[in-house]
Amino acid sequence: MSTTLLLLADGRFPAGGHAHSGGLEAAVTAGRVRDLETLAAFLDGRLATAGLVAAAFAAAACRGGDTSTLDSEMDARTPSPALRKASRAQGRALLRAGRTLWTLSTVERELHHPVALGVVAAAAGLAPEEAALTAAYGTVTGPASAAVRLLGLDPYATHALVARLARDCDAVARRAARVATVDELPACSAPLLDIGAEAHASWEVRLFAS
Amino acid sequence: MKATARITAVAEAGRTRLVTLRSEPPLLVRRTGPRHAAGEVEVHLVGGAAGPLGGDRLRIEVTVGPGARLCVRTVAASLALPGPRWPERAGPRSPADTQSTLDIHATVAAGGSLRWLPEPLIAARGCDHVSRSLVDLESDASLTWREEVVCGRHGEDPGDASLHSTVRLGGRTLARQDLAVGPRACGWAGPAVLGGGRATGTLLVVDPLWTEKPPEAAVLGPGAARMPLAGGPAALAAAVGGDLREVRAALDRAFT
Amino acid sequence: MHPEAHTHPDPHAPLTAGARALRIGIGGPVGSGKTALVAALCRTLAADLRLAVVTNDIYTTEDADFLLRNGVLPADRIRAVETGCCPHTAIRDDISANLDACEDLEHDLGPLDLVLVESGGDNLTATFSKGLVDHQIFVVDVAGGDKVPRKGGPGVTTADLLVVNKTDLAPLVGADLSVMARDAAARRGDLPTVFLSLVEDPAATPVADWVRGLVKG
Repeated sequence: MSTTLLLLADGRFPAGGHAHSGGLEAAVTAGRVRDLETLAAFLDGRLATAGLVAAAFAAAACRGGDTSTLDSEMDARTPSPALRKASRAQGRALLRAGRTLWTLSTVERELHHPVALGVVAAAAGLAPEEAALTAAYGTVTGPASAAVRLLGLDPYATHALVARLARDCDAVARRAARVATVDELPACSAPLLDIGAEAHASWEVRLFAS
Repeated sequence: MKATARITAVAEAGRTRLVTLRSEPPLLVRRTGPRHAAGEVEVHLVGGAAGPLGGDRLRIEVTVGPGARLCVRTVAASLALPGPRWPERAGPRSPADTQSTLDIHATVAAGGSLRWLPEPLIAARGCDHVSRSLVDLESDASLTWREEVVCGRHGEDPGDASLHSTVRLGGRTLARQDLAVGPRACGWAGPAVLGGGRATGTLLVVDPLWTEKPPEAAVLGPGAARMPLAGGPAALAAAVGGDLREVRAALDRAFT
Repeated sequence: MHPEAHTHPDPHAPLTAGARALRIGIGGPVGSGKTALVAALCRTLAADLRLAVVTNDIYTTEDADFLLRNGVLPADRIRAVETGCCPHTAIRDDISANLDACEDLEHDLGPLDLVLVESGGDNLTATFSKGLVDHQIFVVDVAGGDKVPRKGGPGVTTADLLVVNKTDLAPLVGADLSVMARDAAARRGDLPTVFLSLVEDPAATPVADWVRGLVKG
């Protein structure tokens, strides 16, 4: 239990998160997410795929894994150039914030977001599982908050969905933190997150950066 | 059933020759193109039985030598099925007793080319299948690698199937993808993963000619996109659709 | 990766004022004329200042074409920032995307004198963070009602320059400019307020002069 963990996981932490919908804007426009039920299914799938991958990379980076290896392994797991760009933009924003608050072990300006999160979490004195939890939690709260803004869903009902995912989120973080080697790092893919991100990047007008 | 198939293609005097063609039921390998070809040599895996069935341990090893050109296809879809009924007197089952596995290991040497274009895997109700592919490319090798999954036979909910694939180029990881469908996979049918689509597939192309300029990202329809990869002259097309025909059509036009 | 950044001892230290372009924020309610003011300033100042624009507004290729056609700025001098439906957050609470856009413009275009950061249309409570801009302009218009300065709010009260825009419409909407001037002075103390009509003064002369004074100063 640590206040630092809450600080880093807080949606108000100034690391650019508010401008990213985690694929939700694309899913809403495609008609795949329309209401609480479809949002719940979206969050389930995102947590099990992108959430587990992000959590495992955050834990590995927090444990002191080589950032450039982790960064290129993250590239290999992110076929969508739009998602690579979004991940690096959020990583850059997080490193900017982290560098102001703590002393980071890397001089990189830009890393994939989960790798940056691990680096910042380590600098803040957090454990790998806490870094993993922050990453997993962020992969569901980002789109949940975007859903409130885009679909006008009841914020209480939306938070109830997130609360219901708490146990799954904890389990994802525990599993992610157990990953011991680079080869074991998960690569769970979500085809519609990739395809949706490419469609989103091709739009003329977007409300969210990704 | 436990079986290993082995295919080795080498280049000799500007032609490709198959030097190993090892079959073991149910993995039967047949040469379907000319024995010596100036272009690509083609082989088909001919299903010797329905399957894979729970408990099967299948392995395919493909080696493409420097400058050789090989295409591997299958004559029909693979239908992953649960294993035979487990006799109660045999005691408790372990996952090894009920899971079917397919391990594919391919290596392509410099200047070599492998096109891996099998028919899809159909994850039938109750199956528990794991497919693992590892492709090692020397730099300057070419690859076309297709993977497709259909979630259940007509009107049927799928069993569990997971596909893990790793492609390395010059020793560095170029692409890693794990896809899981079925009752044990969380959220797989939901709007983040397949969105109710019953078929999905990817086509990965590595082409040394793209070193200067890989193909641009393109949206190929509501459920398909072509995406240049970060780690080399390569792009991945991904598609999700209501059936295999939709997915195949999107993948077929992804690089044309 | 960013060769120029490495000429500084710490490549990640934020560029201090002086080492980077002056940044001026332009905020104000929806429809008050922020984009038109930005366009006017670009036309007036582009001849003698190296400038670029970051816009937080919903920015279409039509907008870009419009600005280009009217000789305002080439497309590569304008960056759009998506705000995730939270325009005030992007300029005040979490300024990272705007900082990235400002830095990328200077990195890509070379040294600049001025970056104008246009906020997305918001309400009277939105202001720019001091971590993002050096000075800010708040734009209101007479059509929004002559009570606006009296309502105050951080934008009207604390902006370095208050622009009361579209004065040509005052007679049509029954707005009393003297009331607005009196209320603005009461709210703002010594801080300047200018009245502007881009119909009558397409060069936005008083605002352009104010900006020039800051850049040269």
